[in-house]
Amino acid sequence: MTSAITQAKLWYWQRASALVMALCVVGHLAIIIYAVRGGLSAAEVLGRTRGNWPLGGFYAVFLLACAVHVPIGLATIAAEWLGWRGRSADVAASLFGGLIAVMGLRAVWGLMA
Amino acid sequence: MSAGPAPELMSADLRVKVWRGAEQGGFASYDVPRRDGQTVLDVVTYIQRHLDPSLSYRFACRVGMCGSCAMTVNGVARWTCRTSVAKVAADGRLEIAPLANLPVIKDLATDMGEFFDKWAQAKGQFKGKHSRHEDFARVEPDSQERVAANAGIECIGCGTCYASCDVVAWRPDFLGPAALNRAWTLVNDVRDTQRVERLRAVAGDAGCHVCHTQGSCTERCPKQIEPTAGIAGLKRLAAKAAIKGEL
Repeated sequence: MTSAITQAKLWYWQRASALVMALCVVGHLAIIIYAVRGGLSAAEVLGRTRGNWPLGGFYAVFLLACAVHVPIGLATIAAEWLGWRGRSADVAASLFGGLIAVMGLRAVWGLMA
Repeated sequence: MSAGPAPELMSADLRVKVWRGAEQGGFASYDVPRRDGQTVLDVVTYIQRHLDPSLSYRFACRVGMCGSCAMTVNGVARWTCRTSVAKVAADGRLEIAPLANLPVIKDLATDMGEFFDKWAQAKGQFKGKHSRHEDFARVEPDSQERVAANAGIECIGCGTCYASCDVVAWRPDFLGPAALNRAWTLVNDVRDTQRVERLRAVAGDAGCHVCHTQGSCTERCPKQIEPTAGIAGLKRLAAKAAIKGEL
């Protein structure tokens, strides 16, 4: 058994990130409904997002919540479905979380800058 | 002279498949006469007394108090003594197997040893600080802790929840719903002195944190206990204890 403290902390990080994501999904849906009225071509989308830092901040928060939430769940899936446990599984899941954060933030930056 | 009560025997026989063997084995088929008000335990008993005396199974009270006759009936873990044949075998077929997630000793009897060992691992023993020479502890019946403990204390250890839990199947070291429900009743017992040790024992990846909250235990519990709710409570208490640095 990995330490009880680690598991308890991972649990509340996953719960907290889920709460953030739930709020962000609602915000995201509202943004979609609002945004489709202004057209969905690349130029129209970029016209709305470039320099819109509140929007960028919102999606950065959304992404970071995903980057926290996903690896915790992936480590569980690896343990239960593949029998892959221990440090190597934890490292692989963390790297995947890092990948989500880097690629996602790069995409947000692409829409903002 | 009157004709007496109507004959109990109903027309069609039940087609019953029963697990024979231990971990390795197979289903054997028996034809059992249908009767009014027949339970699945009656069917198993009929097979042993009239068709095959070598059939092994476990029961004691026959009235839903002891928790020893749980088996897998048509794929679902149930108390056989309180399961009416009419309810589960509408098409006249029954498949009776030992409880899942436990080693099979023989036929329908499982080894419950590891199931109860996990209660001990989850610190399922009460440890108070008062001796019998002191006054009774006074616990408010309406207090939050007492209400939470009340919701879980009627467990009789039948193993139905444990056999229904997918997480136990995936992770054989998982303590399981019954042991965690017991731990939940004890962390809500204000007289108990081992709260932190117990939270330490039930937290972690063989404890409450691996529960997926699927709720099979809650759905199948014959006593309508909700181990899922207790396990969620343990997660909350463990998180609070971890934040305070107590774990």
